[in-house]
Amino acid sequence: MAATMKNVEEIRSRVILGEFGVKNVHTSDFPGNYPGYDDTWDMQKFQKNFRIDVVHLDESSMEFDMVGIDAAIANAFRRILLAEVPTMAIEKVFIYNNTSIVQDEVLAHRLGLIPIRADPRLFEYRNAGEEAAEEEASEIDTIQLQLKIKCSRNPRITGDVLHIYARNIILGDIKWVPIGNQADVFADSSIGPVHDDILIAQLRPGQELDIVMHCVKGIGKDHAKFSPVATASYRLLPEITLLEQVEGEKAERLKRCFSRGVIDLEDVNGKKVAKVVNSRLDTCSREVLRHDDLKNVVKLGRVRDHFIFTVESTGILPPDVLVTEAIKVLMAKCQRFLNELDSTDMK
Amino acid sequence: MAGEGEKKPVLEMIQADGADEGCVTFVLHDEDHTLGNSLRYMIMKTLDVEFCGYTITHPSESKINFRIQTRGGLPASEPLRRGLNELTDVCQHVLNTFQARVNEFKEGQEQPME
Repeated sequence: MAATMKNVEEIRSRVILGEFGVKNVHTSDFPGNYPGYDDTWDMQKFQKNFRIDVVHLDESSMEFDMVGIDAAIANAFRRILLAEVPTMAIEKVFIYNNTSIVQDEVLAHRLGLIPIRADPRLFEYRNAGEEAAEEEASEIDTIQLQLKIKCSRNPRITGDVLHIYARNIILGDIKWVPIGNQADVFADSSIGPVHDDILIAQLRPGQELDIVMHCVKGIGKDHAKFSPVATASYRLLPEITLLEQVEGEKAERLKRCFSRGVIDLEDVNGKKVAKVVNSRLDTCSREVLRHDDLKNVVKLGRVRDHFIFTVESTGILPPDVLVTEAIKVLMAKCQRFLNELDSTDMK
Repeated sequence: MAGEGEKKPVLEMIQADGADEGCVTFVLHDEDHTLGNSLRYMIMKTLDVEFCGYTITHPSESKINFRIQTRGGLPASEPLRRGLNELTDVCQHVLNTFQARVNEFKEGQEQPME
């Protein structure tokens, strides 16, 4: 795509969705690429152009817009949210008695995936010491949970058809056993599984479970059970431009090519004319490019520096706290290398 | 010149050319695209950097080779340090803006209920 005068702005700021491919994907505004543009990093210019708009926020999910930042840094935040924000999860499962139909390892795997409501910022990582005994669970790095349940026969049910009382083991059966001074420190916040109605196992009369679990702090890179988000994703803001006026039956078809609410038909001089109302709702399926008479009427693109983030938390931490922690993790990474550079330079 | 930690290295410098301090490959341990790409972006935006790129040598090893070539004899650790500082400043600004907007949103939500 030749960089003519009119095209340059478009190449610099838009990703074009074409019929057979996507163009202008990579960031190209580095110093020296475009004559006449000063693309050197300027903190003032960045701060002036940067903004965040929170669209939706509740305890389990949030949606916000980040405008004026590059994909490299937005992607870094997304990757950190998925894999490097620490949480607490069950790591060691001591099975004293398991007579249920669920195998030990399968049960332990299921227990590990349970989200545990405990603020990971108040705990330390456990030292990966080989000599440290497994029993040595200190109050600063471990949470101890216990599951002790027995399914008993319900004596009240009798009769011709033998109804035996079977028991669903749900997360509400897991109890927290405080170690050391945890009972005082965490007296007000209840530590335990986030939800209490998730099924772990099913027992029949006579079967029992006697399990002690230790939770430790970890990150999603190590095991996905430590990931604090159900998912964290972003998409770029779509941009739909109509190149000519579309009216009548053609406008109806154009409206059906996009997601609902993107294109509206308004009455102009008795004719229905298509107008782009809200391009943010579009899912960019490029359906319009499949129709020969409609594909030259629209120009589809995405704004390259406008990111619509969606963060869904598993309930351990509220989503805005998760984003804050993710940004701090990135700062800590930079600081680590700065310290390393300084320490080697001084030698 | 090699940086060393207690048990394992965090950052190493490998110079292929003889005396030219401007073309250096850094090996950053325990890192991947998260820091690599964002740092590459910040350093590319600097004026006297002629070349900047990173590569993950093998996906099973968590380390990246980060190469910087500068113009005019500037030592390569200079743009690296500046890039890290600028990335920290960007993160700080993003953090402040985000927290301010979230607080605004929460206050806006409480008011209609009162």
